[in-house]
Amino acid sequence: MPTPAEALINNRDFILHPFYQRGPGDLGIGWLLIASLRRVLLGFTLGAFVAIPIGFLIGMSRSFMLALNPIIQIFKPVSPLAWLPIALAIFNLADPSAIFVIFITSLWPTIINTALGVSSVSQDYIDVARVLEMPRWRQIYKIILPASLPYIFTGLRISLGIAWLVIVAVEMLTGGLGIGFFVWDEWSRLNLSSVFLAVLVIGLTGLLLDFAIAKLQVLVTHRRPQTT
Amino acid sequence: MQGHPPSPHATDFLVVDSLSKSYPTAAGEFVVLDDIQLTIREDEFVSLIGHSGCGKSTLLKILAGLEQATTGQVRLEGKAIRKPGCDRMMVFQHYGLLPWLTVRENVRLAIDEVLKGLSSREKAQIVNEHLAMVNLTAAANKYPDEISGGMKQRVGIARALAIRPKVLLMDEPFGALDALTRGKLQRQVLEIWENHRQTVIMVTHDVDEALYMSDRIIMLTNGPNAKIGEILEVPFPHPRNRQQLRESPQYYELRNHALNFLDRYFSSDD
Repeated sequence: MPTPAEALINNRDFILHPFYQRGPGDLGIGWLLIASLRRVLLGFTLGAFVAIPIGFLIGMSRSFMLALNPIIQIFKPVSPLAWLPIALAIFNLADPSAIFVIFITSLWPTIINTALGVSSVSQDYIDVARVLEMPRWRQIYKIILPASLPYIFTGLRISLGIAWLVIVAVEMLTGGLGIGFFVWDEWSRLNLSSVFLAVLVIGLTGLLLDFAIAKLQVLVTHRRPQTT
Repeated sequence: MQGHPPSPHATDFLVVDSLSKSYPTAAGEFVVLDDIQLTIREDEFVSLIGHSGCGKSTLLKILAGLEQATTGQVRLEGKAIRKPGCDRMMVFQHYGLLPWLTVRENVRLAIDEVLKGLSSREKAQIVNEHLAMVNLTAAANKYPDEISGGMKQRVGIARALAIRPKVLLMDEPFGALDALTRGKLQRQVLEIWENHRQTVIMVTHDVDEALYMSDRIIMLTNGPNAKIGEILEVPFPHPRNRQQLRESPQYYELRNHALNFLDRYFSSDD
């Protein structure tokens, strides 16, 4: 086990040259981070595009809720990693499979929170819209969407947090370029110092992602998010 | 449709015609309002008063079109009311402001929905006029959670008046405010009404508020099966002054009469 000082010295190259390129597959930790972030953001964005509309349907219609709730309740507790072999069978490639797993991961918290937000929009707001004779579709984007945005963002924040947790495990399994595989690879080389560095980098990146989405929420909703 | 043929006169501007409201429950029909018969004149300020749960808010919601009558109907200028419409704008007890919009945007949203034919300039002009009317020009760009309860309700009132409804419906508009703010806002609203007369129906459980502001007080009996118990004419001329009212012996006669009515129903409930 390296002492902190030893670990720092062993990692000097990684820290000083995060973006080195020394041949195929031998890239600095910055590149690995970018590769992992790319997968997470792609999967997460796709997930959000699917999950928010589904959450709306569930929140607005009881029949959709009854139809979709059992499916969600069954799939939500499944570890996203269990989807990896299925994804590999479909795509035959590591990268799209990793993105697919992140996509699945991102769905559930966003769906559940969006549905909760949509179904708990204050009746007063709906009454205001009805008295103003606002057509249904305009009620959706002028009243229900902004009213449920704080819930949607809570869902997105949880989703992104879990996605960032899951990508490390996925990359350990799929290999290739990424911070997760880096952890496993360095462990195989008994290079514990780099593993500690990776843990720190993963943690800081997760913090930054959460901070970024909280900032986005303030920008979009004009309201302070509840601190978690 | 059941009911009588419409007969539009200024005196029967708004007609509530043998209206009942009941909900089906496991134990059978639960009747909230029972055979309400009421005629309201144009530009009249009417209060609905009664104990909590007597169905006065339900009656207001039916007038707004937010709820449906079980039997009977409501007619505005001879036309039956079946759904919500911007000719009957509501002021909500808990303000009903959209928290993601500024004060100005809240009023503007209503105008954008209702006065579609106007230019952007004209709309902005109406927003400014009505914000000035309720003394909110300085707070126009604030969000609802940055202003006090009294200010929020002034936004609610400005929004309601800005779309020029034929009937203004107010559901305990001052109920959530502290006593001092309430008194001040009552005076402001009454002044606005005295300068721009229109039909107002206000739900309240405050006898002084009803006497100070309205021309007639509709007193409902206790629910379930609430009926109109009595209609009290308030003969004081407008503009009214609260201090002068308080010095008038007639004010106390009316006040005691109304309170006795409410007490009678209160004790019969126990």
